[in-house]
Amino acid sequence: MSALAIEGLRKSFGRNEVLRGVDLDVAEHEVVCLIGASGSGKSTLLRCVNLLEPVDAGRIVVEGEEITARGVDVNRIRRRIGIVFQAFNLFPHMTVLRNVTLAPQKALGLSRADAERNAHELLARFGLADKARDYPDRLSGGQQQRVAIVRALAMRPDLMLLDEVTSALDPELVAEVLEVIRELAAGGMTMVIATHEMTFARDIADRVCFLDDGVILEQGPPAQVLGAPKEPRTQRFLQRIVDAGRL
Amino acid sequence: MASEGDRRAGPALERRSRILGAGSARNGVAIATGSTVVVFVLLAVAITHAPGWHEVRRTFFDWHEFKASFPEIARAFELNVKIFCIAEVFILVFALLIAVLRSLPGPVFFPLRLLAIAYADFFRGVPTILVIAILGFGAPGLALKGVPTSVTFWAAVALILVYTAYVSEVYRAGIESVHPSQEAAARSLGLTRGQGLRYVILPQAVRRVIPPLLNDFIGLQKDTALVGTLGAVEAFQQSSIDTNATFNYTPYLAAAVLFVAITIPLARFTDWLILRDRRRRQQGGVA
Repeated sequence: MSALAIEGLRKSFGRNEVLRGVDLDVAEHEVVCLIGASGSGKSTLLRCVNLLEPVDAGRIVVEGEEITARGVDVNRIRRRIGIVFQAFNLFPHMTVLRNVTLAPQKALGLSRADAERNAHELLARFGLADKARDYPDRLSGGQQQRVAIVRALAMRPDLMLLDEVTSALDPELVAEVLEVIRELAAGGMTMVIATHEMTFARDIADRVCFLDDGVILEQGPPAQVLGAPKEPRTQRFLQRIVDAGRL
Repeated sequence: MASEGDRRAGPALERRSRILGAGSARNGVAIATGSTVVVFVLLAVAITHAPGWHEVRRTFFDWHEFKASFPEIARAFELNVKIFCIAEVFILVFALLIAVLRSLPGPVFFPLRLLAIAYADFFRGVPTILVIAILGFGAPGLALKGVPTSVTFWAAVALILVYTAYVSEVYRAGIESVHPSQEAAARSLGLTRGQGLRYVILPQAVRRVIPPLLNDFIGLQKDTALVGTLGAVEAFQQSSIDTNATFNYTPYLAAAVLFVAITIPLARFTDWLILRDRRRRQQGGVA
């Protein structure tokens, strides 16, 4: 059984059809990287999987359960699927610790003591032990994004969606965040990662999918898609990345 | 440790120099003091040399009248404070309810949104004194069972209705100022819409609108004087009684002093709250 199965997914915003029939199958413990130009539908795809956007057509199945079916409890589904956003979206009026414990307490019903113990463990694991009592605006972008990842992990999700999590960071802060993702992958976390970091995708992905104009145009092992793409549009996209010195 | 001290002093200094204008802080204080003295001296000279000054001083600034009327007006002012305190609690709760109703998305909630909009439009559109007169003189005539018939009660209800409309707009502005990505983040973690609102959206929204909220409460505190138009003996009505008895207007001044004694500290208190919140967030640490 696949961890995530997407079939014929379509999504429009007004008259602009962003996803035009996406099919994607992600196995348990698999790391899939979505690449493609801005506006190709990567973020929308991830937001649909998290049910932050209602889909127009198609099915999304997570571990055998169709989450796009009528009448499913979206809150229960979202607890199993973690998502991390490009802009961190931490809660600015709460300490780092409270950011991480809020959902486990309120959505999972953990006691405060349990939630805090888990949070301290996770924060320590990602080098944030001394930041627990700080407010987000005191942290660097890289630290904030690591907190956002910890916040999602605290719900013990089966699947993590990462939406260009390094795009808003200063270049020198990108590495610390990618390091966290590497560790997650090594730990066997199933992940779908939208990214512009091609080198990172080549290192970490089991599979790379090239999204173009709302469909997955080409997919396969990173060496094949990034090294010897078959589709002319993939070749053109990667050529632009190479020209920019990013691969 | 030195840097910790600098951080603490930083915003305060910055703020002080912004109030005083450009230049070094000490220079600024000297200039501000000087110009203030000049302005007030000029004002005082202009007023005391006006042709009608002696007459005005006798009718408005009569120290004996002030002393004689003050205790009774102060006792009557208790009613203003009572109305203000009770009304404020209801307003804070009702207005939040209306604002939340108005922010509910989707077509299902359209009737509720419509009601909330109609409410806010209506009670912001009708002059407060009319609402007070209509309810104060009209509602007791209904002789509702278990509901007080005193004009004071109905005047307070009128103030609550009117100010709820204003304050709900303030809350709404606060709710709308919280970026939608905050709600997305809350929902993505599996929190329900209600939980997201309660723990993520509203705390940020309310914090942002504390100054305008307080503005409305200063307005409310002043408008409690309108209750006097129904005959309830609050500070304004009491000072009118005194004035009518002596043909001296100094009691109005006494009432004004009482109002200002409440509203100005209220304003300073809010400023202090805002500053404390900003400092705490900038310093991190103990919450």
